[in-house]
Amino acid sequence: MLEVQNLGFDYGTREILRGIDFGVLPGEVMVVLGPNGVGKSTLLRCINSILKPKRGLVMVQGENLHTLARDEVAKRLGYVAQRSETGRLTAFDAILLGRKPRIGWSVKARDREIVEETVNALGLEDLALRYIDQLSGGELQKVAIARALVQEPELILLDEPTSNLDLKNQVDILDTIRGIAKAQGISVVLTMHDINMALRYADSFLIIRNGGIYARGGPEIITPEVIETVYGLPVMVESFNGFRLVIPIS
Amino acid sequence: MDLTKTAGMNKANESGAKLGGDTVSSAYSRYIGRKFTFIFLSILLLILLFLHSIAVGAANVSITDVARVLLGEDLGNSNTIIWQIRLPRALTAIVAGVGLSVAGVSLQSILRNPLGSPYTLGISHAAAFGAAFSVIVLGSGTMRSTGADAIMLNNPYLTTAVAFLFSMLTTFILLAIAKYKGASPEVMILTGVALSSLFTAGTMFLQYFADDVQLAAVVFWTFGDVGRADWGDLAIISAVVIPSLLYFYLNCWNYNAIDAGDETAKGLGVDVEKIRLWGMLAASLVTAFIVAFLGVIGFVGLVCPHISRRFVGDDQRFLLPASCLVGGILLLASDTAARMMMAPHVLPVAILTAFMGAPLFLYLLVRGYRH
Repeated sequence: MLEVQNLGFDYGTREILRGIDFGVLPGEVMVVLGPNGVGKSTLLRCINSILKPKRGLVMVQGENLHTLARDEVAKRLGYVAQRSETGRLTAFDAILLGRKPRIGWSVKARDREIVEETVNALGLEDLALRYIDQLSGGELQKVAIARALVQEPELILLDEPTSNLDLKNQVDILDTIRGIAKAQGISVVLTMHDINMALRYADSFLIIRNGGIYARGGPEIITPEVIETVYGLPVMVESFNGFRLVIPIS
Repeated sequence: MDLTKTAGMNKANESGAKLGGDTVSSAYSRYIGRKFTFIFLSILLLILLFLHSIAVGAANVSITDVARVLLGEDLGNSNTIIWQIRLPRALTAIVAGVGLSVAGVSLQSILRNPLGSPYTLGISHAAAFGAAFSVIVLGSGTMRSTGADAIMLNNPYLTTAVAFLFSMLTTFILLAIAKYKGASPEVMILTGVALSSLFTAGTMFLQYFADDVQLAAVVFWTFGDVGRADWGDLAIISAVVIPSLLYFYLNCWNYNAIDAGDETAKGLGVDVEKIRLWGMLAASLVTAFIVAFLGVIGFVGLVCPHISRRFVGDDQRFLLPASCLVGGILLLASDTAARMMMAPHVLPVAILTAFMGAPLFLYLLVRGYRH
């Protein structure tokens, strides 16, 4: 499980994040919401030590991540960046890359087994031996998620995993992510913009405004007042066939 | 490779990668096998070419005699020809080809730029300027007017040190520009154009103040030629190329990670900045040594990685060794051709590699480069 205490980050003298406190349980899916440029991606980068936070602590299973070497962090945290570069590399090899923190000199049978299990679990058999520069956006995103999974992490961070995807692929990816969290007890933190999709898939929410936490909690915190304050847009929050929906009022 | 789901798939999966049949794992093994085959065939080709290049020349020696001499038999004249002339020349071609190629493939990965190579980025020109500066101004070499040994490096350490200094200067400029402007292919290549023009101008400036013997020597010397290295030079070049090769290969997973994007690489525990800096340093070092001893040999570092990518893809575990082999093969074949095509005149190999490399460079530009 993840525990973030009083995390803060500055770019130069500009304060980006301050006083960020939250926890995520095993198997919990948390969505970080907030307007563009509020520091959601920065928060994810601070959690996995890509950026060094100026203040605060990030603990995974009681260990302070910032005292660990990079590859030790990578054994505990999977990170799916917003953009993956492609090339003439098969999807299988691209996923195998996730074993990097655990591969010493050569790939062992165990590494290949884990990759194959993950390929099967995510239904990627058909594209395992295709070059990733021939994959669609959704397929590539699944490969990136598979890569994070074979790291055997306790926590996975995803930076806008559904941006640039069509509706079907968004549902597909979020189903996959939620399925993994529940089946393997992995904590998941992701950023996204689509509040309705977030309401459908998240267990909990962290809403950031002006660099600090504006609200955190379950779906009940998504109210017209909160959304209007954070995004500056009047909305209705309605229930339809059991789904909660945020509808902008123009 | 088209993978079809079979009915037995799930059962096979339960017992993992060891079962036969068309599982992902067995298909993957076949795919990896093809890469090993390419590498094996390349080794074979390199050996055959090596023997051939030693056998042909002004005095033809039969392949069997070559083998006998290499195995230690004394065949008089053939011994001298082989041990003193052809063997160091062939080995230098291989080592230089390997070195330039591995520098190119690692630069392409580090800068995530398909047009990266010591030549296109201006590192070779900077090293050439440094070496010329050292020879003309610091007097680290003695010049004669003609012949393959136009310049004798009587202080190879000073010459290579100055060559390295200037190639490092170029490297840091490239790194700084990559950091502030982004390492897009256009920006990097234009930087390379600017830097090569600058250093070419510098070399011309030195030439302007040289006397005619020096001028002839420097002009002749700037044509890259593997024939000017003796055993001692070869040993020094190898002493840099071989450890660099090991360094690059030990980092092949890091390069694969960087190929996937900086953020992904960092998420996988790779210290991207450190790997990038050390990789640039190693590539510059290799280039500086090769250029200081042999002159500028262009395009090998660009062409060989791309030929290899066609066969083994972008996976650095295979791309690095394949590029090395293709580099050795290409430069040795070019040098052999350069020796034979206008015999008894021996062309500097750099003229030939430029003839081959330039069209490929244009092809890459037109076809749309892809990493």
